[in-house]
Amino acid sequence: MDFTINVNNKEFQATQGETILEVLNRNGIKVPTLCHLKNSMPTGACRMCVVEDADTGKLITSCSFPANPGMNIKTHSQRVVESRKTIIELLLSNHPDDCLYCVRNKNCELQDLSEEHHVRERKIRGRKNSEKLDLSSASIVRDPEKCILCGRCVTVCEDVMGVACIDIINRGNKSIIGTPFNQGLNTSSCINCGQCIMVCPTGALTEKNHFAEIQDALNNPSKRVVVQYAPSISVSMAEELGMEPGKDINGILNAALRKVGFDNIFDSSFSADLTIMEESAELVQRITDGGVLPMITSCCPGWVKYAEEFYPDLIPNLSSCKSPQQMLGAVIKSYFAEKENLAPEEIYSVAIMPCTAKKFEAQREEMTQAGISDVDAVLTTRELTKFLKLYGIDMFNIQPELTDSPLGFRSTAGKLFGASGGVMEAAIRTAHFKITGKELVNFQIPQIRGLENRKEARLSIGDLDLGVAVVNGMANAKELLDEIKNGRDDIHFIEIMACPGGCIGGGGQHIGTSEEQLRARMKALYKIDENETLKVSHKNPEIIELYNNFLGEPLSHKSHELLHTHYKKREVMI
Amino acid sequence: MGELKNIFNRYPEAGRDNLIPILQDIQSAEGHLSKEAIVEVGSYLNIPSSKIFGVATFYNQFRFQPVGKYHIQVCRGTACHVLGSATVLQELEKQLKVKAGDTTRDGLFSIEVVACIGACGLAPVIAINGEFHAKVTAASLTEIIESYKNKEEE
Repeated sequence: MDFTINVNNKEFQATQGETILEVLNRNGIKVPTLCHLKNSMPTGACRMCVVEDADTGKLITSCSFPANPGMNIKTHSQRVVESRKTIIELLLSNHPDDCLYCVRNKNCELQDLSEEHHVRERKIRGRKNSEKLDLSSASIVRDPEKCILCGRCVTVCEDVMGVACIDIINRGNKSIIGTPFNQGLNTSSCINCGQCIMVCPTGALTEKNHFAEIQDALNNPSKRVVVQYAPSISVSMAEELGMEPGKDINGILNAALRKVGFDNIFDSSFSADLTIMEESAELVQRITDGGVLPMITSCCPGWVKYAEEFYPDLIPNLSSCKSPQQMLGAVIKSYFAEKENLAPEEIYSVAIMPCTAKKFEAQREEMTQAGISDVDAVLTTRELTKFLKLYGIDMFNIQPELTDSPLGFRSTAGKLFGASGGVMEAAIRTAHFKITGKELVNFQIPQIRGLENRKEARLSIGDLDLGVAVVNGMANAKELLDEIKNGRDDIHFIEIMACPGGCIGGGGQHIGTSEEQLRARMKALYKIDENETLKVSHKNPEIIELYNNFLGEPLSHKSHELLHTHYKKREVMI
Repeated sequence: MGELKNIFNRYPEAGRDNLIPILQDIQSAEGHLSKEAIVEVGSYLNIPSSKIFGVATFYNQFRFQPVGKYHIQVCRGTACHVLGSATVLQELEKQLKVKAGDTTRDGLFSIEVVACIGACGLAPVIAINGEFHAKVTAASLTEIIESYKNKEEE
């Protein structure tokens, strides 16, 4: 049913069930919000979006109030504007005055709103909360002092990720956001995905930073400092640098990293190809030898931890392959070290990832060789931009360069890892060759491309009828996993990425990533795949060389030693 | 754990709306809500333990540590407030070195804040294991605590 509502003396169309905010947004009227999160139930917690109902004279929250026929709304009356300003002043009353030192300085919604509402003094002084900084997690730092209790992290953790490791605890002015029994995040079921950071309006949630360690390594002449970057990085940085979303800056990035002082630049898309070699071999082996099916990808460290906590029975279904980050880390400290005549401990290995969970993954006990970590430090996309600024790199005036060889050359299949469905598509391409001895005629598998929550397809590979499913967003994965647990058996291979859209929407990306930006990044990856000729991992010459010179063949003893691992049930409060 | 089973049996086909009654039953059976109990309730009702802790901490009635041998209820009702119960609570927390809701490490004392225990004529009033102490002051509080400690030593 359509009807009109009157906003600021103008008539606007509205539909039954729509909120006032939706009508306003559609018509270009900007009302500030803080707790509002698209696609989730409104909570009306922050009151920023109040508008005046001119008929009743009441202030109502436009995010949660349904539009009613004949309504008469004022969005910027004096009363509304003053109320909003008071709300900001109240939010600031117990907020630390340390914007200058805050990681979110100049990228903070509270700061922006204060500026927009012309808050020029601290009118209200409240008691600050005395909750301690939570440094317990390997990935995420929580600073309750900066929390404004908007609850967006709680919502995203439950609705999008299906984890729900945090909630609002206590009541009234004693409310805080915390884990069960308010213990460290590391003891909770947190999977380190960082989606809470992506929605936090202030600096209350940030990634754990390792700049100092990396700088120490760069300044240490006896260390060989190498870096790898994930497939999605080169198409996800453009916004942070002020370029058009989705622009591929691969060559520029190589040059910039060299300028910073990294000795060798490698590409995790190369090790994505390596992952495909191992993973497709594992899939074929499981199918032919009657192994545990469906096999589920294990590239996503958020998903791996989720499985350890919530679906320990499905651990045998997880591929034993390490993620591309860890595979490359292991190969760098073995094959590359050998080649360069270096001891593993002389190498400092940095990974640039769109992900906060990769920080957790890098320090897992399983990801070491003789007590030495495969990867020493992880930077998120956000941190990389800051790091490049720190070294004064002007990304607009720099000549593109190539990655180092070996371990730097990739197929486009490896590059596809950055988007949901990419691992599946790359694996199918190689599995098809392994099973039939022939290449696919059409490499694209459109059924598993795109941003949909779940994509399923039935594929014919030779005589084999293969059922595949791709899910992104842990809450969506949960639905599929429950189907599997309840006996669904028509699927052989599942790709799970914890974050919406896959790594392009990872928790280490640009804060405020929109759906349009996600689409642009995804399109950029597909475009690379379309334009380049080397579209399959098994034809990557550097991969062939690595197997010939070092690993032998996929699933060899050496591969198992370096590139595979096991996971086990993790006891946390779920 | 057997006790929890009995409680759950009282709520067959329970859903979210049974959460608070179940928590109340557990508290009256075990004196407090332990981590284990919260996890068990979570798996029985299919609610994350963070949500249960969130709900439980919203209400004053739930506690998360076993009560002490001597459970001290400090009345913070209107009459007691007017006559200085805030100071009484502060003083008590100082003397026992624990906050309201907590239990001393030796397990002897625990503090609970209650809204009104219906003895306004005795304000400010505290109740220790149901025994009322009237018109409490900082000095009398020390004496009261000492008397319970002495009782222990005997």
